[in-house]
Order: sequence, then C-alpha cells, then structure tokens
Amino acid sequence: MAEFSVINSLLGGVLIGLGGGLLLLFNGRIAGISGIMAGVVLPRAGEWLWRAVFLIGLVIGGFAASWSAVGVISFGLERSMPTLIVAGLLVGFGARMGSGCTSGHGMCGVARLSKRSIAATGTFFLTGIATVYIVNHLLGGSL
Amino acid sequence: MKNIAAALISGLLFGGGLTLGGMTQPSRIVGVMDVTGVWDPTLVFLFLAAVGTYHVIYRLAVPRGKPLFATNFEIPTRKDINPTLLSGAALFGVGWALSGYCPGPAVVSLGSGQAQAIVVVVAIAAGMALFDLGPLVPRGLRNIPKKAT
Repeated sequence: MAEFSVINSLLGGVLIGLGGGLLLLFNGRIAGISGIMAGVVLPRAGEWLWRAVFLIGLVIGGFAASWSAVGVISFGLERSMPTLIVAGLLVGFGARMGSGCTSGHGMCGVARLSKRSIAATGTFFLTGIATVYIVNHLLGGSL
Repeated sequence: MKNIAAALISGLLFGGGLTLGGMTQPSRIVGVMDVTGVWDPTLVFLFLAAVGTYHVIYRLAVPRGKPLFATNFEIPTRKDINPTLLSGAALFGVGWALSGYCPGPAVVSLGSGQAQAIVVVVAIAAGMALFDLGPLVPRGLRNIPKKAT
C-alpha cells in the first residue's frame, strides 16, 4: 500500500503541476488558489468568471478522482468544530496577509525560484510542523 | 471564451491531482508535518512532482512572450521579504496544520459534502474578508503592491 500511495502522490503532483502550468500557458495567470478564491468571494472588477469556473473545475475534478476510486476525500483527524473555525480563519487571513498559499507560493512560486515564495513556503511549513508537534505530542492528537 | 475553457480544464486537472495525490486527506497533511512522530513522507513526492512539472511548463511558456489566450503574463514581480509576508505565512501554517486543509483541498473536499470541509471553507472565506475588508488591518498592510523601489 505504501508504494501505491507514492505512485498516486507522484501522479497527483504531475497533474497539479500540469493544471497550474496550463493556466499559465493559456491564460498567463498564476494558479494561486487563495487569490482565485478571494477574487470569487470578494469580487473585484472583471475577472470573476474564470476564477469561479476554475473553482468549479477544482471541485468536479477532485470529486471525479474520488468517485473513480483512485483518490480519497476523507477527513481522518479528531478536530472539534471550533478548532476548524479558528483554523480556517487563520488559513484565510494568513493567505491574504502572506500574499499566497500552498499553491501560489508553495508550487508556482517555488518552481519560479521566487525568493519571497521560498521564504513564505519555508515559514508555513515550519509553523505547521511546530503546530503538529504541539497538537500530536503535547495535547494528545485531538483538539 | 477560450480562456474560460482553459480555466475549467486547469481546475479539473488541479482538483483531480489534489485528490489523487492525497491532499484531500488532512490526516496525511498532518502526517507529513509530524516529523518527530510517525512521519508519512507520501506528500513530499507530490510536492516535488508538482514543483518539477510546473517548473518545466513555466520555462517553456514564459519565453513565448505572451500566453495563448490572453494578452500578457501576470506574474508577481515583488522581491521584498517583509514582516507582512512572513507573519501571514506563519499564521497560514498554524491554520493549515490545525485543520489539515489549505484552500485548494478544502474547496475540492466540498464535493464530498463532509461537514469539516464546509466549515473550513466558510471560515477561510471569512478570514480572507477579515483581512481584505476588515477594520483589523491598517490599509498599508493590505496586498496593494508598492511602487517599485
């Protein structure tokens, strides 16, 4: 099973890179999901439709992959609703404050060798690792 | 309309990749960050494959001078590593590790209808609105690009 997961992960990574890459090649845009999502939730002049369509594609593509039984959508953590609300607020606020998230900085920016994105990616991995350490090893794994 | 079709294809591939690769399993996100526990390196392969693939397409696309269905590339040009960038990324990492969701996989997981994904997506949207519109943030800190220095 472990090897199967690795192959799935590699293929998944190639698809993500391809999806993001095509958005650049075709439309000249960076596939930063937080920026795209903010542009849908808080519409600014023009530019709304392609972002909304991209997000719809995201949901359909992901659902199709889970429905075809090659991918899994499953939560698998012990988290209370208040924890999830705080977490989501931090993700949304932090992504806007930091000008990007895992896709815009982590994939597109790192692949472009942007120093800003490499700094942001290193930072969110570090605070993520510290948070997981606290939750899993000091608080017993559920929150 | 070609650019709308392109956005749809891009989203389909991206969403399929997130699910296939394991990003829609928050337990795996926590697993790859649990470096002092039972470390699950699976998503490291996804990260490397995604960055590698994007890098190749970036290097092929940008020298063309313009994208196929738009007039110009819109690629960030800022180079400054400042406290706003790092603080935002730091908060993002805490939220990402708490829920196991970053924005893309959270949106994808809406398709499954699971309550956790719905709550997190609504909270992410609220967090974005809080930063972009909220009274908490001085205007100078918002993502308005500074003039070139």
